[in-house]
This record gives sequence, C-alpha cells and structure tokens, in this order.
Amino acid sequence: MKLLTINIDKCTGCRACEYACSFVHTSEFNPLDSRIHVSEFLDDFVFIPSVCTQCEDAYCVSVCPTHALSKNTATGIVEFDKDKCIGCKQCVMACPWGSIKLNHAGKEIIKCDMCGGDPECVKVCHAKALEYSEVEDMVMDKKHRNAIQYKELITQQEGV
Amino acid sequence: MIKGGYVGKILRVNLTDGSVNIEDTREDWAEKYVGGRGYGTRIMMEEVDPKVDPLSEDNKVIIATGPLSSTYAPSSGRVMVITKGALNGAIACSNSGGHFGAELKRAGFDFIIIEGKAEKPVYLWINKGSVEIRDASDMWGKNVKEADNIMKEFTHPEAGTLEIGPAAEKLSLISNVTFDGHRAAGRTGVGAVLASKNLKGMSARGNLGIKVADNEAFAKAVYNARDILSKDAFSGKGGAALGTPLLVNVINSVGGLPANNAHDAYFENANNISGEELAANNLVRNEGCDSCPIACGRVTEIRKGKYKGNHGVGPEYEPIWALGSMCGVDDLDAVVMASYLCDDYGIDSISAGSTVACAMDLYEFGYIPKEDVPFELRFGSSDALIESIRLMGEQSNEFGKLLAQGSYRLAEHYGHPEFSMSVKKQEFPAYDPRAIKGIGLEYATSNRGACHVRGYTIAAEVLGGVDRLTYDGKAGLTKIFQDLTAALDSTGICLFTTFGLQGKEIADMFASATGFECDVDEFLKKGERIWNMERLFNIKAGFTKDDDMLPERLSNEPVKTGPSKGETADLNKMLPEYYSLRGWDDNGIPTMDKIKELSIEDLT
Repeated sequence: MKLLTINIDKCTGCRACEYACSFVHTSEFNPLDSRIHVSEFLDDFVFIPSVCTQCEDAYCVSVCPTHALSKNTATGIVEFDKDKCIGCKQCVMACPWGSIKLNHAGKEIIKCDMCGGDPECVKVCHAKALEYSEVEDMVMDKKHRNAIQYKELITQQEGV
Repeated sequence: MIKGGYVGKILRVNLTDGSVNIEDTREDWAEKYVGGRGYGTRIMMEEVDPKVDPLSEDNKVIIATGPLSSTYAPSSGRVMVITKGALNGAIACSNSGGHFGAELKRAGFDFIIIEGKAEKPVYLWINKGSVEIRDASDMWGKNVKEADNIMKEFTHPEAGTLEIGPAAEKLSLISNVTFDGHRAAGRTGVGAVLASKNLKGMSARGNLGIKVADNEAFAKAVYNARDILSKDAFSGKGGAALGTPLLVNVINSVGGLPANNAHDAYFENANNISGEELAANNLVRNEGCDSCPIACGRVTEIRKGKYKGNHGVGPEYEPIWALGSMCGVDDLDAVVMASYLCDDYGIDSISAGSTVACAMDLYEFGYIPKEDVPFELRFGSSDALIESIRLMGEQSNEFGKLLAQGSYRLAEHYGHPEFSMSVKKQEFPAYDPRAIKGIGLEYATSNRGACHVRGYTIAAEVLGGVDRLTYDGKAGLTKIFQDLTAALDSTGICLFTTFGLQGKEIADMFASATGFECDVDEFLKKGERIWNMERLFNIKAGFTKDDDMLPERLSNEPVKTGPSKGETADLNKMLPEYYSLRGWDDNGIPTMDKIKELSIEDLT
C-alpha cells in the first residue's frame, strides 16, 4: 500500500504543496482549500507538514451518519462522497489531526484523496519532504537509517 | 477585465487623516508594466514629485505583489517596496522573499499605497479585504522579530507581517524593511521612509483564492520551469547544499572578492568564511520562501566561542562578504553574529559591512581621530566589527549616528568621500568591477545606486562562458540582464530562477497566468520600458550622467594580489556604448525616439 510520507527534517516551509493541492482540486491557489497544511515555527525555523494519514479504523468514518466517508480497502484511501454529505461536521470534530476540514468558504468538507494515486503535492516538493511510497519501502528506509547509526557506533568503538 | 494573476484591487491608506480607499488595479497598466516593481514605479511617477524629500510626508510607499505571487510558480514569494529611497533620493525598489506578498494578495490587494504620516506609531491589520489602523506605541523600539511576534499574536498566528526595526525608527539611511521577522527588503533605506511615516508594520491575512487565465497552460509552464530548476547546478543542487555563500570561494577564486574596503579583490582567508565552512559549522537547515524549490535560506546557529548560543537566519553571500572580507575579518562566527545583529536592528547588511570597512579604512589612514572611536577600529578585528554594528544599530554616540548614515556620509564627514565604495551613495556589493568588468557598468547605471540584482551579469561573466576581463560586449550584456530583471522582478518571482530559466520560460508563466499575450521579446520590451521609466524618475529627481560612475579607487588602485592582480576598472570603455544601445543621448537621457518606441510619452 502506498502512503504520503512526510520527512519533517527536509521541509523548507515553502508551501508549494498547499498551492499545488488547492489548484488541482479547485483551480485556484488558496492554502485554505489545501488538504495539506504546513505549520511554521519561526522561533526555531521548524516546519511541520500535516496531511490525512488515511487511518485504517478512521474516527471520521465511524462518526459519519450518512456514510459519506468510507475506507476503500483496495487503495487504502478514506474516500469522501460529497453527494452523501449533510455538512454535520462530526468528522471535523472527530479527526485527532485536523486533517479533515471545511473549505475557505466554510461550507464544504474537504480531505486528502491522494489525487487518485498521483499526489500533486509530491510533484512540487523539491526538498523531498513529501514522498508517495510503499509503506514497506518507508519502513525499510527507516530501519536502514537506524542501522547505519549503530554501525557507525560499532566501527568507532572498534577503531578505539 | 483582468483574466487572472491579479486580484484587481489596490489599498490606499492615508496615515495623516486615517482615510482608506480601495481602488481597481488598472488593466492597461498591468499589461504595460507587469506588476510589482513596474506597476509600483508607475504609481510613483503618477503621484509623487521626484524632487520631494524622501523622509517628508509627500513621499509615498508602494508595497507591491506581482501576477505570479501566491501561485506555485517557482520562487514567487517576492514582495516589493517602491518609494523614493532615503539613502540617495533615487527611485527605490527594494524586494524581499517570505510569505507576506502572498498573504497580502489573498487578503485582497495587489498593491498598498501608503501616504502621509501618522501622528503616533501605528501598524496596519489587513484582513480579508479591509484594513484597520492600529496603535503601535508599545511596539516602537522592538526589534523586527519581536514586532513580528507581537503582530502575529494580536492579529493571526499565520498572518504575514512586515516590520521595521530600531535602526529605521532612528532614521538610519541604511535601514531595511523586514518581512515575517527574518526576510528583508534590504537596500536603499526603505525602512527609514516607513519610519518617517510612523508606520511600524503591517499584518496581512486573507482567504481569497488566486485564479489564473489558463489553468492548463499555466500548470504546463510552471512544471516546465520547476523541472529546469531542479536540474540546474545552482538552483537544483548548490543552492540547496550551500545557499548563496557557495559564491565566497567561487568569486574569490577568480580574484573578484573585494577585501579591506576594496584595497584588494582577493581575500587570502576566504575559505574560513565560505559556504562550505558555514554548512559545516553553523547550518541547521534550509528555509524556502513562498513556493520556492531552491530554498537558499540558511537557518543557522553559533556553536562555539563568545557568541555561542545565538541563532538566526543567514548570512547570505553578500553579508558574509561585507562583514567578512570587506572588513578583513575571517572569523566566521563573528561574521554570523554581525549579520544577526544587522537583522535584529533592521539594517541592510551590505551597506552596514561596507560602511564599517570604510570606517576601518579611514581610521587606519588617520582620518578618523582616535577620540571619536572608543576602540581600535582596524581591518581584521572581529571585536571592532561587532562593536561598530552595535553602535550603528543603537546610535548611542555621535560615531554610531554617523555609521547609521552609510559610508558616503561617513567618509564625507571626515573629508574623504572617495573612501566610500558606493555609487549614487549606495555601497556596491560583493563583486569587484576590476576583476569582473560588466558588473561595474551595472553598478554605475543601476537606477537605485550600486547593486548586483538589477542586472546580474555575474551569471554570464563568472558562472557562464563570457570572458570576465574583456570590456567588449558588456554594454549589451548589462542591458539585457537589466531589462529581463526589471520584467521578472515585476512578476513577483525571484531573480535566482534565472540561474536556470530563460526569458521564454518566465514569459510563458506570465502570459498564461494573466492572459496577456507576451512572448520573450515583448517581455524584454516591458522590462526595457520599466528601466527607462525608472531612469526618467531619477532624471526628474536631479540625477545626471555624472552619477553614473564608479569609486575612483577602482580605476586608480590596481588589484594587489590573486588571479586579478594588476586589473583596474575603466567605465569609459563601456558607458558610451551602453547609452547608445539604450537609445539615450550623450547625457544619458532617453531620446524621444526611444520614449515613443516604449509608448511612455506620458511620462516625460
């Protein structure tokens, strides 16, 4: 299964992802309509992107009274059917991450649909803070990075 | 009806009577002058007498975005401050990155026009199409980071802000305008102009979406540009790895890094203050402006020595040069600290460093009496550097007050204006015209005083294949860089995109965003029109061909060491040809034929 993965160490805070997301979904450049959001902490210059993690047992799906939200087990995406939505905003309140929200006009529920498997935000992230990758590959990558640290410790000790 | 790119409104705020007007962005001016720098200067031509005192109520300040601002066009986070500059009275357009421009546009405005003078310190809260003039008495005296924090606290945590620091409040002629507490429109003393109006800052936040004229064509043009930039040696690799400081070793290796107030153009210890050393010792991470794939911004900290524990942003290449080799200082942590201080006070670090270098030079020659300076002001002294910047920022004594007026006034005060490495009273930046001939012509003819970013010939003369030591062809090279830059500045994208992009790629983004028909020739024509308009402003302000000059040191004192040893700069080998290529007469005044060709008869 593929996932939008975030490497916060690499984010430069340029927010091109927000523009790309809103433009591909609404044909306008408006970060308030972006499904991905970058929080800025200018005191330390840390930038934290956040986006829907497509939960397996999603609170938003559980609380939705009209089944407008549902988990697609084949793609892994929590899908949103606008036609079934009554605008009760239970999902907005239920999501612990703030990843499902109202658009800029405050009328319409919006959430990440991973652009149907070709996320636009990833295409503009030159820093590669955002990647669209297999979960297994991401895990392998993390394991490898940790292993390198252990390896360096061991070779240092042997060097002494 | 404007099809896209612009939001179509201008906010006019009169600080004298507190009145606010909202006007339409003119489609004819948008097409003719692009936006940003071009459109802002057009407003100045219409509304401000070029002869006014820059710090008087009659001067105005235009804060300008471009048609590519608040889109995913690469590096489209530039915001421009256009006014009659405090440092020299020339037309000033000083621009900065960050996110303020994008926020301003989404708040509903392409431009803000600031008029008059408030009775007491104020800031503006521009929110979703409306504006509130708020008391800023408690913010007066705060540094730029504090001002940014305060405005965000009282307006919106994700607002974009603009602010001036303590240096501007004391009307330092080299004070800047800062955005979001850390990005600066550095040059020409624009901070003092805002301070003279008692305007401490602005905070902007909006919810408008920006539309473009042709979605498909715009997406294609943007992805094409992003693809080119990702493969370019600077914007795709070096810019991210080392930022602009990568140039320290590059420029020094051709003997073009001015040292010790330009007594030399080669700095033996350049590697100590290089981008490589900064990355190894100080770099925390990269920061990008709005929508920027390059992310040249350096988030840094000082990890050792007496300034340990300080952190901030930068320095860029220019401050490293100005506060480093120009002052003969090779202690990188001291240079970084001096840069942080400039940022906090809100001082242009290029002018600041060059002014300290000028002071060191005057002191060593004995032209500054020892009793005027409470410490040994010698080249290479990092303590003298830091102490001078503090005095400049705080103006706590007479010498500090002099430093705050820039090198020209300082050197003139001590009877030796020739010690100021400036053109039109503005200090030149980090490329030596003796070693790189074309950049000298750019310094001499830049409409805002000595400057590298009006026409960055370095891209061709050092990073490209053009012979840096020949005068041949430099007039044409300078003209085309200046025209292209005038147009691209006006779109709201960053000059650094031109490391990879040509005029065509930028014209394609502009045309598809706005719906204006514009190929590369037309784009350059717009740039040429903007350049000539700025020139006309300066002529009306009283500038003449005598102001198109270089400091005499560059022609009288050959480079002493390094790869450019023995070289001098001879402006006369380029300037007449430049005037002729520009369609200007022997006095540097645009001919009527040129004025007609550019359709700016109404501006004469």
